[in-house]
Amino acid sequence: MPRDDLLREIRTALQHAGGRQAPEPPAVRLRIPAIDPEARIRLFCEAVERLAGKAHRAVSAADACAYVSAVLHGGTAVASGAGILHELGIAALPGVRTGLNSEGPLRSLCAVADLGITGADYALADTGTLVMLASAEEARMISLLPPTHLAVVARDRILTGLDELFSLLPHPDQQTSSMVLISGPSRTADIEQILIRKVHGPGEVHVVVVDT
Amino acid sequence: MAGRVSLFVTCIVDQLFPDIGLAAVDVLERLGYEVDFPQEQVCCGQPAFNTGYRREAGEVATHCLRALRNAEYVVVPSGSCAAMITHHFGELFASDPERLAETRRLAPRVWEFSKFLLEVAGVEDVGARYDGVVTFHDSCHGLRALQIKEGPRRLLACVKGLTLREMDAAEECCGFGGTFSVKFPAVSGAMARTKIASIQRTGAGAVVGVDASCLMQIGGALSRAGLAIRTLHLAQVLASH
Amino acid sequence: MAEELDGRFRSTLSDEKLQAAVYSGTGLLMQKRQAVVNHDVLPEYQELRDQARALKEHALENLEAYLEQFESQVTAHGGKVIWCRDGDEVAEFFVRLAREKNARLLVKSKSMTTEEIGFNERLERHGLEVVETDLGEYIVQLAKSRPFHIVVPAMNMTRYDIADLFSRSLGIASETVPENQTQIARTVLREKFLTADIGVSGANFLVADSGAVVLVTNEGNGRMATTLPKVHVAIAGIEKIIPRAQDLPVFLKLLGRSATGQPLTVYTSFLSGPRRPGEVDGPEDFYVVLLDNGRTRVLADPGKRESLFCLRCGACLNHCPVYRKIGGHNYPWVYSGPIGSVIGPLYRGLDRDPWLPFASSLCGACAEVCPVKIDLPRLLLDLRSEITERRGRGWQERMGFRIWAWVMGRPRIYEILGRMATLLMRSPASGRWLRRAPAPLNVGPARAWASERDLPPLPRQSFRELWRARAAGRRDHAAR
Repeated sequence: MPRDDLLREIRTALQHAGGRQAPEPPAVRLRIPAIDPEARIRLFCEAVERLAGKAHRAVSAADACAYVSAVLHGGTAVASGAGILHELGIAALPGVRTGLNSEGPLRSLCAVADLGITGADYALADTGTLVMLASAEEARMISLLPPTHLAVVARDRILTGLDELFSLLPHPDQQTSSMVLISGPSRTADIEQILIRKVHGPGEVHVVVVDT
Repeated sequence: MAGRVSLFVTCIVDQLFPDIGLAAVDVLERLGYEVDFPQEQVCCGQPAFNTGYRREAGEVATHCLRALRNAEYVVVPSGSCAAMITHHFGELFASDPERLAETRRLAPRVWEFSKFLLEVAGVEDVGARYDGVVTFHDSCHGLRALQIKEGPRRLLACVKGLTLREMDAAEECCGFGGTFSVKFPAVSGAMARTKIASIQRTGAGAVVGVDASCLMQIGGALSRAGLAIRTLHLAQVLASH
Repeated sequence: MAEELDGRFRSTLSDEKLQAAVYSGTGLLMQKRQAVVNHDVLPEYQELRDQARALKEHALENLEAYLEQFESQVTAHGGKVIWCRDGDEVAEFFVRLAREKNARLLVKSKSMTTEEIGFNERLERHGLEVVETDLGEYIVQLAKSRPFHIVVPAMNMTRYDIADLFSRSLGIASETVPENQTQIARTVLREKFLTADIGVSGANFLVADSGAVVLVTNEGNGRMATTLPKVHVAIAGIEKIIPRAQDLPVFLKLLGRSATGQPLTVYTSFLSGPRRPGEVDGPEDFYVVLLDNGRTRVLADPGKRESLFCLRCGACLNHCPVYRKIGGHNYPWVYSGPIGSVIGPLYRGLDRDPWLPFASSLCGACAEVCPVKIDLPRLLLDLRSEITERRGRGWQERMGFRIWAWVMGRPRIYEILGRMATLLMRSPASGRWLRRAPAPLNVGPARAWASERDLPPLPRQSFRELWRARAAGRRDHAAR
């Protein structure tokens, strides 16, 4: 049996008896800098812009909707089932389709839509990152297939960085089959090291930060 | 008198660049040191060690240990040879407790030339004068094993009349690498040419280093390219007045 | 062998276009890395390296326990772990899986582990279509070539090479603008993503406590390949394991920075199993193939074990002055640069390419930039010593060093030989360097040296002779 053979070979290589438990791994200190919420928002937006994303701080639901409409610019959008999109009225904007919960129709729509609108479970201030957990409300493909991705983030979801994320969420696997950290638009430097955006993922990323 | 030091001149300086050895002695004497030369010394064994001949390297290293046994301070005008003793003799003699003990006694007393000046003699200005523009090559072993980077630059900064212009590829390997230079001559040569192009771009009249093997590689490439840029060991610059 | 190698190297070294591409490509990556790991930007950089190394060391020293934990977590989440000794077993699994799922088309996101086992060729022999989706790998696949660099597969190609390639392979008009070339690939590959039966990925990390596969990518093809097809198979070497999800920040902070100068790549995916009940999309089947392919043999040697810590960031390649000259295709296997010079012989056997660990000047730049502090120069030296012990390097070299050692332990004989060489060399008094050694000496190392640079003139007197003369002069002076 390949499994048992391989495990046995590893044990032999390490000179371990069978059934041996691993000792505790070296401690890793997760460092969470003390950064106030205002500063987090500012750092996050700056980081997003550095990655050639666009960050917008919405002062109201109407402002958020106006921004989305401007990005949409008469095209078609798919919105996920994230509660925040409904609360703000974004899901109801003209051109925005939502409520598709089965994969086939959702895929067909995402394949032709101009814009994918999602929420975000968290954001990371230092790297301008969106943290998206797949769920019944958040399909993976909405932030992936359309050429533009717009995410709405509640300001209190902005964390300082990876350390804070993994201290809040030490077991992402218990919540979802897929957690994706998105830092800016898709890119490559495979041709002559020239930085080119919009490869397979979205070429444009917008983040709208809203009050809770 | 500042004290007594023993010179481990290295086989390459002994046979090919004796002026470097003489210059090192001049500088040390000028600083008030009495320099002796343990006559039994030959080589640290690095060429064999780097080529995978550990037994042969061990024999030569054993002889080196014996030759330097009684030295209080050993000054070495080579980063790679100093590092061989301080960093690799331990590996070489890992299963030889007697030699290992000798190594542990010797290693703390072994000083690369520039480090000796700065850290033991405690001087930066040795009263040298050299009129001209030079650039500095960071020899790999010195740089990475012995952290030799700022030291020589501080010493050169005190040399009257000298202007130091940094080359863009100062930390890039010159391509010597011991037997690498003759096992893979085409690659070694290409690395040397990249180095001398970088040297040329500084407009310096000389390139300075702490390792004669690098200077041999660079000097050979400069000569082949017909460039009139001198190669100088740090000791030679510091001995100038 | 040495001549043939040197000839191949010479042709690479005289290819100006290629030299420029490699030197500037690696140079740019070095600069980008430096901009984000320097002390002002990342003061904890050295501490992170120590932590990452300690975690990898621990993980590998307890590998069987963590692999078992990983498997039980994957299983708990509805996935399956497949244990494979080598490429044959991996191919067997895939052929069976494809038959079971009626699969014909596989899309693959970048995986050097699959390159190790010639994955694409194996599956193609069974009538399956495997499409590379990372832009660089896609280009390499069309060119029927192999990756030139661990992170930038087509670093050696220009836009014009790519234009010709696309033209020939896709039957389209020549397009030389890189942005447009990228859009062509995007369009072609999108179709493949949407219709593929199986998505294949590598894994940057396997997380034992979560049963998760972590992918670190930029283009989005990793996400596409692991979201759209019904089946996702991740293939990973057993050494990719890390103990906990909360160990990820240490590694993620080092990997992107070391590889491309990015604090985080665009996409970091943490995938633990097929879609959960309620989730709308994602694969229905999730497999992780654990591959040995020589790793347990390396594991068994405590002195070599650290070569398994490698994160495949490519930093050692970028900083290696030898790689920067000979480029990835002159290395005999899929892994190039310093790490390739170590794991190639270790995974495949020391007898295969015995010259490889010697093709280094041991400058140490690699060890300085390795995020997990692998002591590559020490590993190379150990390999050199083992190769020399086992098979020798030709009796002339062996004898040469035996004689050398004999001489170097006898100062008087060394001196006599030195003086003889001086006489033979007939160096000019001018102190000019020599184009070649005089006839009897123009052999072996002297000849090899002179093929590339001039020889230093042998001085009339060695240092020790001058020293003795000086000492004598002082004694005379003092005596007066």
